[in-house]
Amino acid sequence: MIDTLVVIGTDGLIYAAWLFLIALGLSLIYGVLRVLNIAHGSFYALGAYAAASLIGLYGRRDLWPYGVYLMIPLAALAVGVVVGPLVERGILRWMYPREPVYQLLATYALFLIFEDLTKLVWGVDPIYAYAPYTLLGEVSIGDITYPWYSLLLVGTAAVVGILVSVFIRRTRTGRIIVAMIEDPEMSMALGIDVPRMSVLAFSIGTVLAGLGGAMTAPMIAVMPGMGAEVIVLAFAVVVLGGLGSLEGAAVGALLIGLLRAATVHLFPVLELFVIYLVMALVLILRPRGLWGRVEVRRL
Amino acid sequence: MKPRAVLIGVLSFVGLGAVGFVLPRWTVFLFSLALARGLAALSVALLMRAGLVSFGQSLFFATGAYTAAFMVRLLGVREAGLLLVGAVIVSMTVAALTGLWIARYREIFFAMLSLAFTMILYGWLLKAYWITGGTDGLRIPPPTVLGTAWSVDTLRSVLYEATLVCTAVALVLIHLFLDSPLGYALRAVRDNEVRLEYLGSSVWQVVYWAYVLAAGLAGLGGVLTALNVGHVDPQLAYWTTAGEFVFITLLGGTESVLAPLIGAVVFEFLRTYALKYAPYTWQMALGGMMLLLILFMPRGLWTLRYLRFRKAVS
Repeated sequence: MIDTLVVIGTDGLIYAAWLFLIALGLSLIYGVLRVLNIAHGSFYALGAYAAASLIGLYGRRDLWPYGVYLMIPLAALAVGVVVGPLVERGILRWMYPREPVYQLLATYALFLIFEDLTKLVWGVDPIYAYAPYTLLGEVSIGDITYPWYSLLLVGTAAVVGILVSVFIRRTRTGRIIVAMIEDPEMSMALGIDVPRMSVLAFSIGTVLAGLGGAMTAPMIAVMPGMGAEVIVLAFAVVVLGGLGSLEGAAVGALLIGLLRAATVHLFPVLELFVIYLVMALVLILRPRGLWGRVEVRRL
Repeated sequence: MKPRAVLIGVLSFVGLGAVGFVLPRWTVFLFSLALARGLAALSVALLMRAGLVSFGQSLFFATGAYTAAFMVRLLGVREAGLLLVGAVIVSMTVAALTGLWIARYREIFFAMLSLAFTMILYGWLLKAYWITGGTDGLRIPPPTVLGTAWSVDTLRSVLYEATLVCTAVALVLIHLFLDSPLGYALRAVRDNEVRLEYLGSSVWQVVYWAYVLAAGLAGLGGVLTALNVGHVDPQLAYWTTAGEFVFITLLGGTESVLAPLIGAVVFEFLRTYALKYAPYTWQMALGGMMLLLILFMPRGLWTLRYLRFRKAVS
């Protein structure tokens, strides 16, 4: 009994960490730009591909083996710096005045474009980049052995969560972003360069998605279609916690991670079902999510 | 309906019906698929009238298709007419249940919740392989149409004509619905739902019934696809299938019941040729086209209809 609980707890935590990394960026982008970015799944996939390529390149040289871990943040940064501004300035900014429906459709269009773009660049065959995963070895918790890499994932998620939270609450730029989330028009009136901040926030969100993908790459076979599955899960997390809320993403990820682990071990057929069931229950009780704010209906 | 519109409708119906006996078989097949997809797109368009984007119509599309498969395999029903009615009823029943919950939500919440529902079905179809056949799906043996078992050669044309008749009936019904008070209320939901409530209408009910009706349409599209293809698989329920319906709707437009259908025919032929000549960049082309449509022709191909008038005025 206790063993099962420990397994569920650890599995859930690992899964939650993974979910949190992806959901955080989605939530941030929604908070600042009010756009639900379906292409977030593509950024995740791009991060994974970039990381797999870089890890492969690094492995072919005869370098310090642990340096391979640097490739992961590097891949995430590359995706964020290249794709983020390009998408935000090139396409999304034209969508801000449009109805939310069209914004959603535009990000879906982007998702389709990126799906094929990754296929063009990396081909359709799965890519493997196990080096960072196997290098660390395994650790025993109770009777179960876990790869250290999974715990590294949990650590990374925690550090990223703290960094983003410090950035948002303690730095000037972070506070400006909060002001924009609260009231974009007033911030503009106060002289905040809203377009510049939009690019920044969007790019940070993209880096986070890329990091989620880059951290995942060593654990799986990187192949087409991986972005399509992630976006639904990330959305469930973000809705559960409340769109645009940092704490919400963390709590949502934990809740879904633990519940999923529990069902996988106890009732495997219900795996997907349970995630949406929780989302359903939370939304019935709190339609804007756990940390979401009620919006006033305007005439 | 204006007499001219009725005339055009009847003429195109007869024309499309005659085409079924003349054109090569693969074209007829494509037309059948396009019409079935058009019905699913019409269901997206119906909800879009209320300003709601559903990324989950594949839920009902797959429900319709799988209902037919189960009816054939478990109940031994062979008659296409019964399969159609059964599939539509089951789809609408599913919607009557999920609708209780989803009709409260708008915008991205509506979009993503409908997406979540279809992913639940997808997950179940994959996992419960002893019932659903898993990723392989299920084969549907050729049905009888009007109590007759047609030869393999004629069945294609017969199924096409049946698809055409179903589509025509559905179109007329939806057109009448949109002209009814409930249909107008749908547009009012999009414009301003708070005001609609002040006028004494229940916004929830309007959305709910539109959602159930849309599910029936998508279910009909699904069962027609299943019968024409003779096979169902979980991909029908995947959210990217619903994304295709959304694309078709955007391509055609939502102003008329005919617009999504035109979108579907254009889409089906575009896809067939694109898959042949550009298999790896096909989705990219789709996405690019979608962006262009959103930016420059947000009301779809249907806007082309007005080009002539604009020129006459200037």
